[in-house]
Formats: sequence, structure tokens, C-alpha cells
Amino acid sequence: MGFHIVVCAGIVPDPLLTLEPVTGPQGPALKNEMMLPAVLDPWAKHALFEANHLAANTPDSKVWLVSMAPKTKLQQVMMSIAQKASFELVALDGPASGFTDSQAVAEALADAINCINGIDKNRLFIFGGWESASRGAGATLQIVGERLGIAEQFQGVDELRVTDSGGLRILERVEGGLHQISHCDGPPAVLGWATGNLPEPPNNPQVGMANMRTLMPSLQKAKPAGVEVDGKTFVNVEVPKQRRDTRIVKDASPDDIAREIVEWIKG
Amino acid sequence: MRADSVDTVLYLAHTQSEGALSKGALEALTAARELTAQLGHAELVAAIVGGDIQHAADSIADCGASKFLGVSGEAFAQSRYVTDAAAIEAICRAAQPAIVICGSSSRFNRVLPGVASRLGGCADLHATEMKVDAGNVFVTRWYYRQRIRAALTRDKRPWFVALEAGSYAPHSSAGGSAAVESVPVSLPEPGLRTNVEGLQKPAGQTQTIRPDANLLFVAGAGWTKKQADGEAHIQDAETIILEFLGKSQASLGGSKSLVDISGTGQAVLSFMTHLNQIGQTGAIPRHPRGLSTCCHGEEPHAVGWRFISERRAINLDANCGWAHGKADVLYVADAFEVMRKVNALLGNQ
Repeated sequence: MGFHIVVCAGIVPDPLLTLEPVTGPQGPALKNEMMLPAVLDPWAKHALFEANHLAANTPDSKVWLVSMAPKTKLQQVMMSIAQKASFELVALDGPASGFTDSQAVAEALADAINCINGIDKNRLFIFGGWESASRGAGATLQIVGERLGIAEQFQGVDELRVTDSGGLRILERVEGGLHQISHCDGPPAVLGWATGNLPEPPNNPQVGMANMRTLMPSLQKAKPAGVEVDGKTFVNVEVPKQRRDTRIVKDASPDDIAREIVEWIKG
Repeated sequence: MRADSVDTVLYLAHTQSEGALSKGALEALTAARELTAQLGHAELVAAIVGGDIQHAADSIADCGASKFLGVSGEAFAQSRYVTDAAAIEAICRAAQPAIVICGSSSRFNRVLPGVASRLGGCADLHATEMKVDAGNVFVTRWYYRQRIRAALTRDKRPWFVALEAGSYAPHSSAGGSAAVESVPVSLPEPGLRTNVEGLQKPAGQTQTIRPDANLLFVAGAGWTKKQADGEAHIQDAETIILEFLGKSQASLGGSKSLVDISGTGQAVLSFMTHLNQIGQTGAIPRHPRGLSTCCHGEEPHAVGWRFISERRAINLDANCGWAHGKADVLYVADAFEVMRKVNALLGNQ
């Protein structure tokens, strides 16, 4: 029997953009946030590719992508990601801001997962990034798991292998550039992915066309997600100024530079 | 905003494989002590989770905690969600803390948000500072990959805060003898579904990540590009970098571009993996010094630079916009040539 894999993925501003915080009526936000080009969160994108890979190699498996963002932004991002992996979108119309609290987001995601028709929790994987490139909390997936009653949780995952006996062999990143190896007897489990080992798949128009059949209806019927700030107050949100007075060493010989570097390292 | 009514600050730690506390855990103890002192009326309680915790408790016996709680035993020697969550939940129910402070680690980062949710509280991982202002507790952490810094306060309790390594000086202690009160823990029936087999290095890789190193050596994609003679010299680059890492005991970081080119079929440094990446989807290491070679200087290409105190770069481009204003010194030179000389000097000393 295959797996039911739910990938939780947010959208984030393009990582190469310069961001400027502003204070809005709901608290901190990004200047021109709705105008900023967005991408699927990089870690969650890895999770989606891993989910797709696992489903492709396990018959009778299915992948759902659960994402909360303003509908129009989500639609833009889906146009590009839908050509790279097969999934059924479960869209939630809500904020994608990094300043939204992870508890509130997790509750909305868990509720949406609970409402997916036909999902089998005995063969369920919750996938996602181990943190996001917006909030960077590293907290949302764990809370989703708790809300769904899943106590087998792994974070910083780089590899998932299903053994011949149906068990799971999981590699998680730990300190010092090492991996912790765990064996779990099977789903349900929560896996927060680091980068994994898979390259980004090329665009496949056929996959995109197939996804489109469910994408647009899902976006059209996306429910507004109630994400309320619960007792959290930001008092200072800023881009720190860290300009340094750079000394340019142009005409020194490699010997002189090396000597200076060694003295600095040993200093 | 209300003044904080914190009665108990719980310092939470886990042992490492040899039974001691990590440097990050001792840094968090400094933060917990400082916060307790700033609050004035609060009590500091220490709690440790691990296989055998007595040695760790003794090592911080004089930290000022009013009591020591502990969860120990074979099941808690392993870093695993279900047992760690049960242990921390039991400790929190016993201590009834308002604030829980610990050092960031893969083990605690995996479990704290779930436990906080279970207890009706909240959690902030990757915090870099805690302070009390007008009776309220504030936490500072970064958003959008270290591009925006924010201070925030919360009403929910318990409030779990995991502090990033390098944010505080480690607590130094003469040690002593701690009386640890054992906290009973109920593990789920019918038994544990996950077993931890152990740790492994990435297959066939040289160990190049050293979190406690004084120097972060950052290699950029330039090491794999064609050099002045029109040829790429990957083998030379590998030899130079590995020799330097061996002699200097530096930790190796890689830019996202360098790690990513492995996916495009280009020749790469064989020992460079995603674990080394300090760019957009990489780690955020904290080291006193950083030397960047053949790559851009700072964010967003290598956001890890943000937490490097002294930064120098070797780059052929004197006008590199990523180094100007971000590195302390920019050496306009060929990194192959300079690093060979550096290796020679290090070898002679």
C-alpha cells in the first residue's frame, strides 16, 4: 500500500531581494509586500521534490500540497512549481508574512489536512521544510504534527529510505556536519526536510497540465484562513546597519598577504 | 503591555553523548541566570535530560538554581521526538515555569515547538538575545534569513526560548554536587516506534565542519572556474583547501552557488556538500573570524557572514560589491596563490 504525503509549503519573497520592514495595521510587514516576486519556500520545495520522488517509487501513493498565502500570490507561484512535481493543491487564503505566528499557521494547516477527503492517517507523511526563509521559526511542522497526533517527528532530514520490511530509515542533520540515523517502523510521521539529495527536476509541461486541472478549482474555493495574533507583540523590527570600513589591499605580493593572513588567524 | 509575572525561569539542557553539557547549553545558562537576575523576584530551576545526568548536574551545581530536576535513563540517552517531548512535558508540569531557556540544538529544536503547543504555550527558536525592560521579557530573533531583526514579547506561558550558539558567554563553574530530583515520565504505549541507530558522516566525506573553530573558511564557486591559464584546477583547489583546513583547524563553509553547481553537471569540490552551505538554504555558523575566498562577501549569497565578527576576503575583483562595506579587509589577489603561501607558512610554524 502506498503513502499519502502532505507537503506543507509557504511562499516567500525571492531570496535575492532586499527587504524593508514597515509597520502596518496588523503589525510588522514588508514594504510593497504584495508586489514582491515570490517563490515557493526553498526548503519546502525540496520537501515537495522528495515527496514526488517517494510517490513515484511507491505505487498507490498520492501527494497533496497545502499552502497558505494570498490567493493571487499563490497562483503566481503555482504557475512555475506546477511543472516540476505532481500534486493536488489545497489552498488556504491567508497571510504569507514571516511575522505571522507559527502556532496560528500550524493550526490552520492542521485543520486543512484534517479536511482532505480520503486521507488515510495510517499511511500519512507530513512533509515540509525544517524552517522557512521568511519566519525561520522551525516550529510550524512540529505543531502540525502535535495537532494531528503524530509523535514520530524528524527535522533537518536529508534522506528517507523505505526498507524492504516497510520501515523507514531517516537521516537527520545534527551538529558538526553529521547525520543521525533513525529507524521508524512506518508512517504516520512528520519530516521537516533540509535540502535532501535530489536535484531540482526540469520543467515538464505535461505535469503542469495535469496539475492545472486541480489547481484552479482549489484556488477558487480557497477558504480564508483565520490567523489571529495571540498575545505576541513586536516592539522593534529593523534592518540592522552593518556597514564596515573595508580596507582594500591591492598591490601587495601573495607572500605579504599570506603573512598578514597567518598573523590574523593566529592573533 | 503588561509587566511580566514570571515566578519561575526554567533552564533546560540535555547531555551530550559523553554526559557533559555542550558549550551552547552553558551559554544558555548564562542567559537564564542574567534573565532571572533582571526579573528580580523570579526563581531559577535547572533541569537536565539524558542517559546519565549526574555529572552534568554536578558541573553546574553552583549556578544558583534553587533546585535541579532530571529525567534520565536509557530511553532518554537518545535524541528522539517522542521521548524528549515526554521528558520535557513532565519537567514543565513539575516546575510550572513561565519561561524556559535552553541552547539551540538539533535535539531541542526538533521537540520544543511541539511541547509548547502541547502545554498551551509558545516557542521561539533561533533567539539571539533575551532581556527585561519595564518588567517585560523580550526576545530578539531574525526573520527572512537574517535580513530583518525583531524584538518581541509574548503573553502565552510557558514561553520556550532556544538561544543560538555564540549569543552569550558560556557559564563557567567550579562545579560541585547537585541533588537532582528525578521526574517520572510516562512513555506512550505500546512502545517506542523509533530507534536511533547512531551518527554518521556524509558518505565518503572528509570532516570539514567544526562548529567551535575560531575561523570559518568560505569557499566560493571561483575555485572551480577556469584560471589564468584557461583551465580549471579542481584537484589543486581540493588539495589547497584541505591542507589549509587541516593546518588551521578551520571550519569549511560553501556558497550556495558552489554547492548547487553539482546539480548542473559541473566539476565540484568532492568534499563540499549541502551541509557546508552557508548561503540561502544553508547553516548560520557563528565563528570569531571568517575568511572568504573566491566568492561574494555577504548576504544574500552567504548570509552566514552576518554572525562572523572579523571578516576578510580574497577576491580578484577590487570592486566586489559584496565585500565593500561588509568585509574588514579585501585582498585583491589570486586565492590559489595566496592560500598556497598561507599553507606553507602554517606548515613552518
